[in-house]
Amino acid sequence: MNSSAFDIAADVRAGRVSARDVVEQHLATIADREADVHAFNLVMADVARRQADAVDGDVAAGHDPGPLAGVPLALKDNLCTRGVDTTCSSRILQGWKPPYDATVVTRLRDAGAVAIGKTNLDEFAMGSSTENSAFGATRNPRDLSRVPGGSSGGSAAAVAAGFAPLALGSDTGGSIRQPAALCGVVGMKPTYGTVSRYGLIAFASSLDQIGPFATNVRDAALLLETMWGHDPLDSTSIASPLPTLVQGLDDGVRGLRVGIVEELTDVEGIDPEVRAAVSSAARALEDAGASVDRVSVPSTMYGLDAYYLIAPAEASSNLARYDGVRYGLREEGTDIGTMNANTRDRGFGAEVKRRIMLGTYALSAGYYDAYYGQAQRVRTLIVRDFAAAYERFDVLLSPTSPTIAFEAGSKTADPLAMYLSDVCTIPTNLAGHCAISVPFGSDSVHNMPIGVQILGRELADALIFRVARALEVNRGA
Amino acid sequence: MSVITSASGTEWEIVSGLEVHCELATATKIFCSCANQFGEEPNTNVCPVCLGLPGSLPVLNEKAVEYALRVGEAFHFTVPAQSVFHRKNYFYPDMPKNFQTTQYDEPICEHGWLEVDGVRLGITRAHLEEDTGKSMHMGGAGGRIHGASHSLIDYNRAGVPLLEIVSEPDIRSSEQAAAYVDELRSTLKAIGVSDVKMEEGSLRVDANVSVRRIGDTGFGTRCEIKNLNSLKSLRDAMDHEAARQIEILEDGGEIRQETRLWNENEGHTASMRSKEEAYDYRYFPEPDLVPVQPTDELRAHVRATMPELPAARRTRLMAELSISEQDARTLLSTDGLADFAEAAVVLGAPPRDAALWTTQDVSAHLNVLGGGATVEGLDPGLLVETLQLVSDGLVSRNQGKEVFAAALAGEGRPAQIVADRGLAQVSDSGALGAVVDEVFAANSAAVQEWRDGDDKVRKKKRGFLMGEAMKALKGQGNPQLLNQLIDERLAD
Amino acid sequence: MTSSPARLTRSDVEHVAKLARLALSDAEITEFTEQLAVILEHAALVSALDTSDIPPTSHPLPLVNVLRADVVKPSVGRDELLTSAPDAESGRFRVPRILGEAP
Ligand SMILES: [Mg+2]
Ligand SMILES: [Zn+2]
Repeated sequence: MNSSAFDIAADVRAGRVSARDVVEQHLATIADREADVHAFNLVMADVARRQADAVDGDVAAGHDPGPLAGVPLALKDNLCTRGVDTTCSSRILQGWKPPYDATVVTRLRDAGAVAIGKTNLDEFAMGSSTENSAFGATRNPRDLSRVPGGSSGGSAAAVAAGFAPLALGSDTGGSIRQPAALCGVVGMKPTYGTVSRYGLIAFASSLDQIGPFATNVRDAALLLETMWGHDPLDSTSIASPLPTLVQGLDDGVRGLRVGIVEELTDVEGIDPEVRAAVSSAARALEDAGASVDRVSVPSTMYGLDAYYLIAPAEASSNLARYDGVRYGLREEGTDIGTMNANTRDRGFGAEVKRRIMLGTYALSAGYYDAYYGQAQRVRTLIVRDFAAAYERFDVLLSPTSPTIAFEAGSKTADPLAMYLSDVCTIPTNLAGHCAISVPFGSDSVHNMPIGVQILGRELADALIFRVARALEVNRGA
Repeated sequence: MSVITSASGTEWEIVSGLEVHCELATATKIFCSCANQFGEEPNTNVCPVCLGLPGSLPVLNEKAVEYALRVGEAFHFTVPAQSVFHRKNYFYPDMPKNFQTTQYDEPICEHGWLEVDGVRLGITRAHLEEDTGKSMHMGGAGGRIHGASHSLIDYNRAGVPLLEIVSEPDIRSSEQAAAYVDELRSTLKAIGVSDVKMEEGSLRVDANVSVRRIGDTGFGTRCEIKNLNSLKSLRDAMDHEAARQIEILEDGGEIRQETRLWNENEGHTASMRSKEEAYDYRYFPEPDLVPVQPTDELRAHVRATMPELPAARRTRLMAELSISEQDARTLLSTDGLADFAEAAVVLGAPPRDAALWTTQDVSAHLNVLGGGATVEGLDPGLLVETLQLVSDGLVSRNQGKEVFAAALAGEGRPAQIVADRGLAQVSDSGALGAVVDEVFAANSAAVQEWRDGDDKVRKKKRGFLMGEAMKALKGQGNPQLLNQLIDERLAD
Repeated sequence: MTSSPARLTRSDVEHVAKLARLALSDAEITEFTEQLAVILEHAALVSALDTSDIPPTSHPLPLVNVLRADVVKPSVGRDELLTSAPDAESGRFRVPRILGEAP
């Protein structure tokens, strides 16, 4: 199954292919490889078949099922689906069935997309390898000994393995872009506030954003264009109309000014082949008519540290609700406090506990100013430095991840080393900007994909798609 | 009286500030569209947002903001350009997210005041926040938390909008505290933002209490008293707590800063939590909400729709109706009473009579009907017509009261009631003169005693003659006219 | 804020675990004390920056006044919510005994 989402939707809408056949083909691919990859926490085979039949019914009745007619879609398992298990890959939510759908789920279903399963993630989206899942790790379809990246590793792997042409992830510090890079697919984090977070189970509310995975840039643009836009249920949703993304995608990059971010490209421990890929991507853009220069965005080097104070602080509060009272796991105790603590101890994995502890500490009396408060001021510096860079450049360029997909288990014992794999992606989240990872070459030793990242200021989403498309076209051999 | 004299004869005073939590009477909750309604079946007014389900997000109710601004206007608050919600983090099972969304260092209202008996009491701030659910404690004695085996939680109240109104430590006695809350209540009610029912918990008061020797200016260590469900329990708890603190201090002890619970049945406060156990709330800005910056339009709208406030109305009623402050308070203590009196005046009733008859006779009518009876639907025209009958001399004042009561009870218009009951008084001076002549003739001895007597005797005899005349008229003689005729005869 | 706080201790970790309602084992406390200290030392980079005249950014968007009309919408049915509850009784969520009043 290598058809693009675009082609599938066109064929289904025209009645050339039935949505049911499309779903069956993808279910067959899943049956073939899912045991090795473990992209899904749940394959929604029956739900998907029913939904596909409904799409076919619409076509037969002469109704247009929408721009994603019959396209299988994998949903990260931190997106609420009414009546369907939604776990965040955590024991604490095992068996919980939300009484409502996330706004994006509703919108995409209304556009004809067929939800095919809930994908694995690092528990509560905390991690960079999808090894922190209560239900087992996901493996990289390109090399099963390697991680797919994370936290949306299940979604990236599902698209890379051909289980679904489209998937949704969430990106708090790089959780879409980094796994996209490691699995060799396109992954994009939209501008904060463009995609409704209603029904996205929160990790760090001021950073979280839902975004698309696809095998190609145009499909990713189509998916985002279909789901984004104002939602009155999300107070942080931008109310003004958003641009189209697919139209203008092929307008090229002639005259655009591209800046290679020094601090994100010369990071400690970067794989030389990754750095080389960024250089050749820059050349490809120059060849296509853009101008390229290096730029310093100094405070981005503090992004990682600021992020690992802010995100855990918000998470410590967001995850306080999992206490064994209203839903999910309960581990008994003689009184409410003991019950809460036992439930949380048994329900959460080590990384989640580590971040809750870190965040609680960063907010606690006497430390707020030095840690959380200071991180928020650094966030201001990052926003200012980016603003200065965007005076001179239309888009910025960097690696997505400092390395190719690493061996499973190689970083699980060293949290800080794991955190460093998000160093290139985090500043975008802190600033609320958009960025996209697009595959650009592979490393010569392992033949694993390399992703380059195009960064844009707030609401430059259409622009970075256009640049990503130019790279895709000019990827060469 | 703000001076407390201890057993040893030392004079003390209370220093107190109050925290009042007022549930706003919006149609929906503060962050979701569930009904804000008291007394429903448990867990029926709940949704993903107010139950804190994973993935749900809050959206602020515009009415809650408007109501907070009305309060700001009523108590002379400064409204800062921006207010911000924070998360107050602590675990408690009646709180669905284990944090409370509340305003912290940037509240919607700052630096207000209200006046009680001519004294201005400062209000530090008023801020918006969400209420918690309610727990029922099972298996113990009398539903108490202590000794219970388990608890059952209803989240209907979770997310109900609260305005927390925090006073300065300006209060110096339990009476002043009660008067402060009373003034707060009547104003909150008048501006339509809350039904202020302490017994239903829509107005909840916590009192910070310390004591100091008269003449001292510093503040002593304070205790916070919770669980005050009426003005009486507020007064009793404060007096009791002050006495407790004075006794400790006079014995050379020290007050421990702590939170204490008022036990209504046993009439004392008991320690709930000491300061050392005070929680670390880890406040930080709520990332799921954006700042509130009240617009000029909204503030102008609030100003334009403010009703007359109780304090101002009291002053005006006292002046316009020539009544005492107590009567003005009585008129304002029951919904619609003052409106009734004022409507009667507009329709032509003499102001003072209208006010006094309303406070006495309309109130009495409502009392007879009992709980739930309201002024609504009562016709002020009935009072106007009754007072006209009295001033025309057609009925006596006492007959007027009877007529008015019957009219309020729905027996008809006052004139009709007078006719039906045969109450019309005799005001024809010819007819009355004839009766007086008969009485004088039949009681010549009494007349003579009047002529010979001193003032005391004269008063007595005159009263006797008046009584005889009234008896002959079966009580329906116009008393003023009758008095006049008797005086003329005696003077002959 | 230019001075970074003192190194994290075991008792800090125990205190934080209590605040966060996590029943951690001794081994977990030992492990977290080491790991969090390393992370916080890295974060000391940030604490050491001079940001005295920099305002904090708590939110990436400059939105204000996002408000909702005060209109009731139907809620989710109680049965659907209570079936998710670990324990329920008479239409309410049932919990073990509560040791004290809310703070
Ligand atoms: Mg409060
Ligand atoms: Zn609700």
